[in-house]
Amino acid sequence: MFEGFDALMLARAQFAFTVSFHIIFPAFSIGLASYLAVLEGLWLIRRDPVYMAIFDYWKKVFALSFGMGVVSGIVMSYQFGTNWAEFSDKAGPVIGPLMGYEVLTAFFLEAGFLGVMLFGLNRVGPKLHFTATVMVAVGTLISATWILAVNSWMQTPQGHVINEVGQFIPQDWWAIIFSPSFPYRLVHMVLAAYLTTAFVVGAVGAFHLLRKRGGRPARIMFSMAMWMAAIVAPIQIFAGDLHGLNTFEHQPAKVAAMEGHYETHEDGAPLILFGLPDDEAEETRFALEIPKLGSLILTHHLDGEVKGLKAFPKEDRPPAEIVFWSFRIMVGLGFLMLFIGAWSLFRRFGPGDLYSDKWLHRAAVLMGPSGFIAVLAGWVTTEVGRQPFTVYGLMRTAESASPIEAPAVGASLLAFVIVYFLVFGAGVFYMLRLMRKPPDTPDTEEDKVPTRAAGLTPAQAVEATSAGGNHG
Amino acid sequence: MVDLALIWAGLIAFSVFAYVVLDGFDLGIGILFPLFKGRDRDVAMNSIAPVWDGNETWLVLGGGGLMAVFPVVYATVLPALYAPLIAMLLALIFRGVAFEFRWRTKRGRSWWDAGFFGGSLIASFMQGIALGALVQGIVIEDRAYAGGWWDWLTPFSLLTGVALATGYALLGSTWLVMKTTGNLRDIAQKVARLSALGMLTLIGAVSLWTPFLNPIYLERWFKWPTMLFSGIVPVLVLACFWWLWRSLSAQRDTAPFLAALGLFALSFTGLGISFFPYIVPGALTIQEAAAPPESLGFLLAGAVVLVPIILIYTAYAYWVFRGKVDPEEGYH
Ligand code: HDD
Ligand code: HEM
Ligand code: HEM
Repeated sequence: MFEGFDALMLARAQFAFTVSFHIIFPAFSIGLASYLAVLEGLWLIRRDPVYMAIFDYWKKVFALSFGMGVVSGIVMSYQFGTNWAEFSDKAGPVIGPLMGYEVLTAFFLEAGFLGVMLFGLNRVGPKLHFTATVMVAVGTLISATWILAVNSWMQTPQGHVINEVGQFIPQDWWAIIFSPSFPYRLVHMVLAAYLTTAFVVGAVGAFHLLRKRGGRPARIMFSMAMWMAAIVAPIQIFAGDLHGLNTFEHQPAKVAAMEGHYETHEDGAPLILFGLPDDEAEETRFALEIPKLGSLILTHHLDGEVKGLKAFPKEDRPPAEIVFWSFRIMVGLGFLMLFIGAWSLFRRFGPGDLYSDKWLHRAAVLMGPSGFIAVLAGWVTTEVGRQPFTVYGLMRTAESASPIEAPAVGASLLAFVIVYFLVFGAGVFYMLRLMRKPPDTPDTEEDKVPTRAAGLTPAQAVEATSAGGNHG
Repeated sequence: MVDLALIWAGLIAFSVFAYVVLDGFDLGIGILFPLFKGRDRDVAMNSIAPVWDGNETWLVLGGGGLMAVFPVVYATVLPALYAPLIAMLLALIFRGVAFEFRWRTKRGRSWWDAGFFGGSLIASFMQGIALGALVQGIVIEDRAYAGGWWDWLTPFSLLTGVALATGYALLGSTWLVMKTTGNLRDIAQKVARLSALGMLTLIGAVSLWTPFLNPIYLERWFKWPTMLFSGIVPVLVLACFWWLWRSLSAQRDTAPFLAALGLFALSFTGLGISFFPYIVPGALTIQEAAAPPESLGFLLAGAVVLVPIILIYTAYAYWVFRGKVDPEEGYH
């Protein structure tokens, strides 16, 4: 059935498919875990039950997202061995210990305290419970740090030597962990996770405001989310710009593909806004460009040199057709986020009112999934743009795969596609259904069943008073 | 001179063992799920819901750690076990999401319960098959897997698959004997006896078969004087079984679970006796397969500090949820 396909292509498709699904959940749970910690902190400080009501509302969504993040993550950690055996054998001594630290410092921490956080409130009391929530949030951030150190080393490797069997042997761990692209990637990704969550929370708040339900909790959610958008979106654009400059320094071929440049411009490259890159013909058709701006952004000089793809051997070039567009999707969404944030500031401090601008609410609902799309587009840019290498400049993707035949990889890919769409499709549906319920109405029958996420009986009493206080 | 490779072999063995017994009782409860009805199902699930994620993390440490410290093992054993491992991962997805999904829908609940059962059963069975295939040996040439795609599938690996699933059912049922009361406990008690008998038989069958798979094993187990040491293991297995049986009859709560853990510990020791000094029997020794000392040392420095801390807060999490599960807990 898969005879016509090349095992390598199938393995790449499988990795891209499974990691793309995986990243959706962590991106959301990193942001949501921090948001929950903030909410519980506010509840402890201000003793205002409304924060517990919001905490409780998002806790259920978090439990779903986290569960899906865990099961899709376990697949990732085994896939390096099953599908990328050559890569694992060679790069394992460098990236393996980093992932080992991720397990020891992050995964155990999250898992150990998740149970207490989800249904231990009445057993341990509010203070220890808050500690557990903070531990989970910290765990997700530590996890992102290690895995991005891994990915950054693969993008901009340093601190190793290569031994006689071709293995990468660590020499300087500091250099490996803090590889040149790591600080930029970490900042950019964590901000991305926060923005992703902010836009989901904002969309839910706006949705209930539009339906005139949800009362104070919906207003608080919306307001908090809009603060996030207003503050973090500009920082993210700035961070992204720095990230791009760093990439320009270390992976110029990737930037050439992102920008759609085939020719090298020695005296000032234009900024191509839109166009159709064509790797075959080695030109970007119908380019709509602004002269010199490309050089100004990348080199801070009007006449700075920008290398085009033709400056690199054909077999070392990434596919510009994909990278050019994925990059524009991400950047476009970044500016849309900035626009929403600015709009909310205008309503806060200018004419009108944040809670009655229907068009702002509609726009916020529409932007709900924007973070996920930007995150995926960003990762596609990063990962496709580093092709044809897995360890940039040192190990090719074609040399990384396991000696597994196409039918086996094809069958497993098919199984992953079916199971992921079925299971994660259902999970996303349940999340949406939870979010459709306004935060302060009493639980419906559906939720009267015992639930791990809804906590134990006495905790329920705490929550009931919170909800009650909020009505009164 | 400390032998880093040997220490790491011990640590990996420890995390695999921790995984097997901890996730073992979770998976066992999944395997027994169809035997329970209505509220009993909710209680059985709530008895593991706060801890299953931590339990499964040992699998990530066992697998991911292997990449760090024995990369060539990770890069040869995983492709060799491609089909059973992919099946296991997919099965773990179903059983993992069931913990949340089944509470989120009324109409779909029976589907996710079925997924919980099927996922647990298949994951257990596949882990057993993987173990059997490893014991049989894996063809490695030039640091790469060189066998066929169906090498893992043999009567022996099927037997170990059944044996592990039965063992997990024993762990799960004795866990329920410890954590629950009433009707649920009665059912668990009956299942515990049956699965204990099953497990004893299967341990016997696997142990008698193993020595004939590889001359090294035969020598380990049946040659004087090593036999003197290895002979102790079967005696202890019988003693443990006797303890299990007695404590079940005496309606004890905790002892049966401890005895079941003992059976697993002894079987695991038996495996260790067969394997050592190999890590992939007949193909790679611990020393040959080890990552360079830079990698081993770097991760070990963290592990000696972090593993005890992990054990402490994991113990704390278990302690928070100690005692019998109150059937009213989680209801509102
Ligand atoms: C820790 C490492 C790591 C991380 C965090 C990611 N990837 Fe990746 N990715 C790889 C490690 C990797 C890899 C193992 O290095 C692959 C496999 C084959 C290859 O060329 O690189 C790869 C390939 C790869 C490809 C195929 C590219 C091609 O064949 O042209 C895509 C589309 C993605 N990845 C997408 C993603 C996305 C959307 C990610 C995050 C959301 C992501 N990757 C995170
Ligand atoms: C190929 C790369 C990756 C691998 C091998 C991987 C592996 C894993 C594993 C095994 C888990 C489950 C841990 C558990 O049992 O609790 C997990 C969860 C998680 N991963 Fe990944 N991961 C990868 C990419 C990423 C990326 C790119 C990020 C974010 C920047 C990330 C962030 C997280 C977080 C925060 C969790 C916790 C669960 C959740 O929040 O949903 N991972 N990952
Ligand atoms: C205008 C604003 C933005 C700019 C200029 C920008 C720039 C970049 C660049 C240059 C990369 C590629 C890094 C590489 O070469 O490896 C990247 C990656 C990425 N971007 Fe953006 N970005 C922007 C907005 C966003 C937004 C709004 C999000 C998500 C909410 C986002 C999420 C990501 C992610 C997840 C990656 C991959 C991980 C990484 O390499 O950090 N970006 N971005």
